[in-house]
Amino acid sequence: MTTTDDPSLAPAKEVGRDRRRKEDERLITGRTRWTDNIVLPGMLHMAMVRSPFAHATITSIDTAAAKAAPNVVDVFTGREVADVQGVIANAWPLSEEQKTPDHLPMAVERVAFAGEIVAVVVARSAAEARDAAELVDVEYDELPPALDLKEAAADQVLAHPDLGTNISSVWTLDSAEGGTGGNVDEAIETARADGIVIEREYRQQRLIPAFMEPRSTVVDPTGEQYVVWSSTQIPHIARFLLAATTGTPESKIRYIAPDVGGGFGGKLQTTPEEWLTFLAAKRTRKPVKYTETRSESLMSGHHGRDQWQRLTLAATKEGRVTGLKVDLLADLGAYVGVVGGGVPVLGAWMFNAIYKFDSYRFTTTQVLTNKTWVDAYRGAGRPEATYAIERIMNELAAELGEDPLEVRARNWIQPEEFPFTTVAGMTYDSGNYPAATERAKEMFGYDELRAEQQRRRESGDPVQLGIGISTFTEMCGLAPSRVLGQLNYGAGGWEHAEIRMLPTGKVEVITGTSPHGQGHETAWSQIVADRLGVPFEDIEVLHGDTQTSVRGLDTYGSRSLVVGGEALVQAADKVVERAKPIAAHMLEAAPDDIEFSGGRLQVRGTDKGVTIQEVATAAWAAHDLPEGVEPNLDATATYDPVNFSFPHGTHLCAMEVDTETGQVTMRKYVAVDDIGNIVNPLIVEGQVHGGLVQGIAQALWEEAVHDDSGTLVSGSFVDYLLPTAADTISFETDHTTSPATSNTLGTKGVGEAGTIASTPAVVNAVVDAVRHLGVTDIQMPCTPERVWRAINSSGPGGETPGAAAPHFDESTGMSGTVDRTTGGAE
Amino acid sequence: MTRISLTVDGQQVADDVEPRTLLVHYLRERLGKTGTVVGCDTSNCGACTVHLDGTSVKSCNVLAVQADGCEVTTIEGVAADGGLHPVQEAFRECHGLQCGYCTPGMIMQTIDLLAENPDPSEEAIRSGLEGNLCRCTGYHNIVKAVQHAAGQAAPTSSQPAEGVGA
Repeated sequence: MTTTDDPSLAPAKEVGRDRRRKEDERLITGRTRWTDNIVLPGMLHMAMVRSPFAHATITSIDTAAAKAAPNVVDVFTGREVADVQGVIANAWPLSEEQKTPDHLPMAVERVAFAGEIVAVVVARSAAEARDAAELVDVEYDELPPALDLKEAAADQVLAHPDLGTNISSVWTLDSAEGGTGGNVDEAIETARADGIVIEREYRQQRLIPAFMEPRSTVVDPTGEQYVVWSSTQIPHIARFLLAATTGTPESKIRYIAPDVGGGFGGKLQTTPEEWLTFLAAKRTRKPVKYTETRSESLMSGHHGRDQWQRLTLAATKEGRVTGLKVDLLADLGAYVGVVGGGVPVLGAWMFNAIYKFDSYRFTTTQVLTNKTWVDAYRGAGRPEATYAIERIMNELAAELGEDPLEVRARNWIQPEEFPFTTVAGMTYDSGNYPAATERAKEMFGYDELRAEQQRRRESGDPVQLGIGISTFTEMCGLAPSRVLGQLNYGAGGWEHAEIRMLPTGKVEVITGTSPHGQGHETAWSQIVADRLGVPFEDIEVLHGDTQTSVRGLDTYGSRSLVVGGEALVQAADKVVERAKPIAAHMLEAAPDDIEFSGGRLQVRGTDKGVTIQEVATAAWAAHDLPEGVEPNLDATATYDPVNFSFPHGTHLCAMEVDTETGQVTMRKYVAVDDIGNIVNPLIVEGQVHGGLVQGIAQALWEEAVHDDSGTLVSGSFVDYLLPTAADTISFETDHTTSPATSNTLGTKGVGEAGTIASTPAVVNAVVDAVRHLGVTDIQMPCTPERVWRAINSSGPGGETPGAAAPHFDESTGMSGTVDRTTGGAE
Repeated sequence: MTRISLTVDGQQVADDVEPRTLLVHYLRERLGKTGTVVGCDTSNCGACTVHLDGTSVKSCNVLAVQADGCEVTTIEGVAADGGLHPVQEAFRECHGLQCGYCTPGMIMQTIDLLAENPDPSEEAIRSGLEGNLCRCTGYHNIVKAVQHAAGQAAPTSSQPAEGVGA
């Protein structure tokens, strides 16, 4: 028997331990359940016929040859299923005036981007389906495509002629109008007269999420419910939208995200491919599988970023920022995705970052083009904002001739000022920017590297050294439902958890979050182990199946721990409360005298107690329970957050730039993040490392490039430059901690931090290396060619599309092609 | 159809296959060796890496008929008696995986790399894994896992501080 006040005998705390992951055993041995691994009796396979044109009217589709091909079971076109295929929804209309083109899973009359599906073939094998797809003969009348973002914004060519404009929506946040600050135009006027005004335009190139597991869907129509397995981040949202847009009752659909191989926002989508697999299973009354090729994934899975950012920053002569005006042009691509225009809007609260600005105005214009649709990609709106503000703060420092860290520090919110309501109207609950920065400088050897930089400049070393800084914050924990309602978002932001106390003493934890690499099974076990005082090993975390995880809003926006973790805590606390009257009965004490600690329910002031597992068994047997008490300890909780959380950090990057060749080489990268309390430091480090490389890749390598006919020419891993182990370095990371005040665990979220912070750190370093040569901007990705051109012309390095070589022979026609890279050989 | 017979993960198998069948599709679809996965269609990603007569190959780049008479080892056959291969154990120990999709290929490539060079430098590890893409880890902990499997001390600079923030 233990007493509650003897900490030496209490079980070690799980939260904070670098537990090895529970998930790994199956993943390292190949015992994983990917969607594409699922095989069902009589299962059929699908292949898509996709448009080779960015914008065209479909004049005819001849499916006769495909239907006659061996082992083909079904072929259908958009026109044949126009009324039953459902629609792909936008969940976040930014205003009632938003122009939203109809987004059908399969085009009926007109295609709006190269890669859009125009016909579906279902056959007994995947190879036969693809062979037959090559036989579908589609005739098109080409229409002029709207491709360039700025030209599209001027309505020179319409992406959807029936809408009359390419502008989908315009959204503004203004500190004077909102009462959170002054008038930015006045601040700019004042600064023009007697201060500093900096105007810059930055390009956020188009990226592709490029998760490693291609998307895959299996639909089984046998039995009373349709069972959908899909490689998705959002099984709950997908089930809701599939029911809402196809008319199939939600209760007849079971949606399952089994093991999912990465997402990064790219699987935060309801896809035409999922909807059409569902339809094919309905039509054939057989299980149907569709797994995309990588080329299809890059071409038709949604893209990310793609903005032009115009900033005007006003400051006093002493370098205190008095105003920031932001004008964004955001490319939505051909359709408005599930988050859609909400992605640039998520940046609205982040351009002011960790600074105290007097005035602020943010306007974003969402533009439709005839390219792959754009939606959330890791960070979603916040990396774009962080990039722009961290770039322009360096420009302010250059104007002042001061160290960019000192200029930043002058404008920071100070540690004693929290909670602090920003000029954008967000209330930051906690943070300590100087502490993270001091730690980062120390690890980086900031002063020594600055001295080396000076030496190399003076000696005219052909390889110059640049130091890049990014002191970022982000808003995580999406999101308070009340705020989402005010923003016209189509759902809430709560999260759900259930805890089941099994009679053998084991515990099932069911979460509404839907992990796809984040390690929730491990971290959630740690949280519940502490809260219920049960062994880590005895906890099983279940997720991603709407039949067990009946409620949930899934995983994105660094929300799972911050929102879903709090739901776990509340469910666990309810289990304890349910156990108390039963324990009191077992111990012949009054319920008010029962205390809970370390897994034991004990009579206050005595050593009499029972474990929570013993109470669970007693409740299950139900032989001797107090009057009116249910024989069940299980509990659920649905938690709606009261605020966002605000991780922050200081990232420092050293880049070497060969001024003769334009080659850039990363020498050192230090990241000190304040993400609040840490549940599992091993998992946190992994999230930071992976996030860093995705952000670094935007700075240096990745870009989705379309040619002048709207074809994605970076449509394979040969052309879309995902970094390899040989391109990257090992990182130095640490943490400072100021716990979040908005949740019991004090956590802030870490999923996106590395990606948000690293891009400006790297580009600032590259520009810093050559600023003395007259360079103030290099457009991303900072390829050797662009760096060389910037050095030799003092310009940003030019556009990529002009340099893009045509990738295929126009003589092949491409009419009705399935997947060009694999050709018809498979 | 062409008749092939080979040894996969220690088991003798024989099948009639279409000559165009890729080894990875044969492994997955005919033998149920779903531990080996497909990540691309241009042989860039390495997710399908297996050993063919003891050497790592991308099984999307080998026809099944080319494996006739050969010995193939997949991620499902590297460890004996339900245990873990030391490289598998190293990936878990060093958190060298997140979503796990690239992991079987990474492990198969690492085993080959260490067989050729039992004590590789960080640079040799990074260039040795260049043909295997990972989108989650940033490679940092994969490199540590390879060093761990090689019996090298892990770099201290990024050791997670146990209990930070708790």
